[in-house]
Amino acid sequence: MENDNKNAGKRGLTARAWAWLKGIGIVSALGLFAAGVIFWGGFNTVLELTNREAFCISCHEMKDNVYMEYQNTIHYSNRSGVRATCPDCHVPKEWVPKMIRKIQASNEVLHKILGSIDTPEKFNAKRLTLAEHEWERMKRTDSRECRNCHNFEYFDYGIQGRRASATHQAAFDKGQTCIDCHKGIAHKLPEVNQSIGAINEEGAPPQIFHPPTAADKKD
Amino acid sequence: MKNPSRLFPAALGAALTVLCLLASPVRAADGGLQSLRGAAIQAPETEAADPFKNMKDSTPIERNYVQQPPLIPHKVDGYTVTMKYNKCMDCHAWNRYKETGATKVSLTHFKTRDGQELSNISPRRYFCQQCHVPQVDAKPLVGNQFKPAQGMR
Ligand code: HEC
Ligand code: HEC
Ligand code: HEC
Ligand code: HEC
Ligand code: HEC
Repeated sequence: MENDNKNAGKRGLTARAWAWLKGIGIVSALGLFAAGVIFWGGFNTVLELTNREAFCISCHEMKDNVYMEYQNTIHYSNRSGVRATCPDCHVPKEWVPKMIRKIQASNEVLHKILGSIDTPEKFNAKRLTLAEHEWERMKRTDSRECRNCHNFEYFDYGIQGRRASATHQAAFDKGQTCIDCHKGIAHKLPEVNQSIGAINEEGAPPQIFHPPTAADKKD
Repeated sequence: MKNPSRLFPAALGAALTVLCLLASPVRAADGGLQSLRGAAIQAPETEAADPFKNMKDSTPIERNYVQQPPLIPHKVDGYTVTMKYNKCMDCHAWNRYKETGATKVSLTHFKTRDGQELSNISPRRYFCQQCHVPQVDAKPLVGNQFKPAQGMR
């Protein structure tokens, strides 16, 4: 009995859909479909275009500061020629996180128009805040973007340097993630409070720069 | 040709072009280089220098003389020291060495030029690579008979 009812409901739905189609006419239905395809295609094209390095550095704020610094790093040029571009590290690959990041980026475009960081001075003044956002995001995702390329389960500790090999094996046991240690891998760092003189006292404090591990917190 | 002034700009343009071509110091024919007296310079094709091959990371390297700044036994590519951040101190500082397994900087590094003791690295020791250098795997350019000091052999 229950089953019958469900089927009846289903049939009713299909019938209603057909009725609706007939109502708007087959031509407009096809038109709607085509519009959908075009919209989706266009949407993806824009997404693609804004996910290229060229787009990221099309504004001078990025080109003159972070891009210049990045050119001196291993992710720009290395012996195997595999590069990590801006979106590789800064834009998630999965659909939902990617959409969220893109919507946040619209806010950044707004600030571009407002000129929030349009001089090196303004950029440097904001740099610590910007960097802290990225550290926090990467920490939250267990450095997902790094791990898209680097899989620590396949690290060959026999080939890694002695410092890397020793540190990594201990760290992954303690549940640490790449960004806990590899800050400033692609850009110059903002001011960091290393207790050397008074000059950087306002910089990133130790607990942020070297976040305590779960094991540290317990003691 | 009633109005010669019309021709003037065109003539000027042509003259300038010719002048530029003649005066151009770089001419393709002689390899593009010229000495001050006008002789062609045939620069030999220079080969790019061999990139230095970093030595493999190792335990601390033995010292050879008293007061020698120890050599850096690991690679330092991308280790920047700026006003805002000193990468070396991120491992070698007293508050970091336990976690990183590095040798802590010696207390001599806390002293200023005037002999005043500071609570951390002194400005004159801030740029580590003034004194500490990494090693590359290369043949010495000049032979020598250096022997470590008696007490350090
Ligand atoms: C697009 C892929 C990609 C992404 C994303 C990526 N890397 Fe890399 N990474 C590489 C490649 C390629 C190399 C160079 C490997 C080589 O030369 O053998 C490298 C090298 C490194 C090195 C070695 C540095 C050295 O001096 O030897 C570190 C450390 C590193 N990456 C950390 C990170 C961290 C941290 C992240 C995330 C913020 C990250 N990587 C994101 C591809 C990537
Ligand atoms: C507890 C700190 C720590 C964590 C966490 C950590 N690393 Fe490292 N890593 C190091 C140290 C220390 C080195 C050696 C020093 C250097 O290369 O500057 C190193 C070196 C490397 C190298 C170069 C290896 C070599 O021998 O040339 C790569 C690549 C790398 N790390 C990737 C990663 C990735 C990817 C992650 C996250 C999955 C990660 N690291 C997490 C501390 C860490
Ligand atoms: C290998 C990964 C990687 C690549 C490639 C990369 N970044 Fe970053 N970026 C980071 C990390 C990690 C941070 C967080 C701050 C830090 O540790 O330096 C960051 C921070 C930033 C910031 C915040 C300000 C700052 O300096 O901290 C900006 C802006 C930025 N990146 C833009 C770019 C642009 C533009 C490109 C391409 C030219 C790029 N990034 C390429 C990893 C990367
Ligand atoms: C990722 C951490 C790390 C960083 C960054 C680092 N070191 Fe080291 N350093 C070590 C470790 C660990 C050792 C001990 C060697 C070993 O056992 O592998 C060492 C050893 C040394 C030694 C030899 C000490 C002795 O007793 O002979 C010198 C000198 C040195 N480092 C200088 C530097 C300089 C200069 C820089 C910056 C350009 C630097 N280090 C950056 C970790 C680091
Ligand atoms: C003006 C030259 C000079 C500068 C700059 C300098 N050092 Fe040294 N360093 C020395 C000399 C000389 C010694 C050996 C004698 C001593 O311990 O003072 C030494 C010793 C060391 C040792 C071994 C300490 C021990 O207990 O055996 C370490 C580690 C070290 N320096 C790290 C650094 C770091 C890191 C920096 C940068 C922040 C730095 N040094 C800057 C000259 C220098």
